[in-house]
Amino acid sequence: MADFHLAQVNVGRILAPLDGPVLADFVAQLPEINALADGSPGFVWRLVDDDGADSTSVRPDDRDDMLLINLSVWESVQALKDFTYRSDHLKVLSRRREWFERLAEHHLALWWVPAGHRPTVAEAVQRVALLREHGEGPEAFTFRSPHPAPDATPTPAPATP
Amino acid sequence: MSNDNTDSDDAVLDTVAVLGDPVRRKLYRVVAAGPGAVGRDAAAAAAGVSRSLAAFHLDRLVEAGLLTVTYQRLSGRSGPGAGRPAKLYQRAPGERELSLPPRSYDSVARLLADVVERAGLDRELQSAAREAGAALAAEPAGSCRADPEAELRERGYEPYWDQAVLRLHNCPFRSLAEEFPALICGMNLALIEGLLPGRADGEGWTATLDPLPVPDGCCVALAPKGEI
Repeated sequence: MADFHLAQVNVGRILAPLDGPVLADFVAQLPEINALADGSPGFVWRLVDDDGADSTSVRPDDRDDMLLINLSVWESVQALKDFTYRSDHLKVLSRRREWFERLAEHHLALWWVPAGHRPTVAEAVQRVALLREHGEGPEAFTFRSPHPAPDATPTPAPATP
Repeated sequence: MSNDNTDSDDAVLDTVAVLGDPVRRKLYRVVAAGPGAVGRDAAAAAAGVSRSLAAFHLDRLVEAGLLTVTYQRLSGRSGPGAGRPAKLYQRAPGERELSLPPRSYDSVARLLADVVERAGLDRELQSAAREAGAALAAEPAGSCRADPEAELRERGYEPYWDQAVLRLHNCPFRSLAEEFPALICGMNLALIEGLLPGRADGEGWTATLDPLPVPDGCCVALAPKGEI
């Protein structure tokens, strides 16, 4: 049993209200994609709002009603990557610009949490801020340069002759 | 001055030279064409050569690093008397690229993809890809038009049937797609969608992103009318 799990946060500004025609396709696919995540190998947890289905009513910035957040925990980087890019999730990902604004700054952050820890929205927002301010590091990174889990056994140094 | 480029070019040239033999080239194509591993007998039959000649050339391809070997017992037999596991061949992972004189289109592609991604131009890229697919379908003028499967084979996608679904064993944009999956897979889907209507019997076909959980092959799957 691993001591650390991977936390993932993604923030995105929707182009139009959630109950309007522009976002209709996105909203319609949410239950299927969330169910797919829940059943994926290595899935641990995801943030849900009071309705219990998804996190679309959570606003990470109370001054911005269009900013949505997606927060989850996985057993490994590979497990999250497989779900993100090697499942039907790719279908919605390839249509992201029909629904979400382009964000000039980092909008996704990954970091390691002790197994069992459930990251809060404030904690997640802080990781995105960390990435925006300092770039990639062990405290906040992206798929581009994943950092190993803190408990990953380092490869033993070769014996010197 | 380092001669690293010369060294790596020489390595690629050595590998490619192994494919200079027409029988070997045919065997390589037979094995590389599908997702499964291929035995000596099947490869020999498909290439129209004897089993022993096929075995010789297949092993040369393994030595050159173009194919890899797996051992598998033939289905339905186990325990004493089942015989030795069969030696099967499949394409080795990795890409080889050689340009004379040196060109570096991949680094340009990576830069452009990065800019397109940062600028959020997914939809613009998809509509350009759709047009490019349609333009491919329009040429060559006057010649007979291939059906979608033949067209995709011609374009290097290595199509194969998975029951009623046509899957693509090769992703022609592999390393770029790994780096920019949403962007490049969306582009590729649009390209194939643009290509379909102009093909013989292509009108009713549908294409969708349906990646298999294995990190190989193209994410696009196709079906003739009414199958998806």
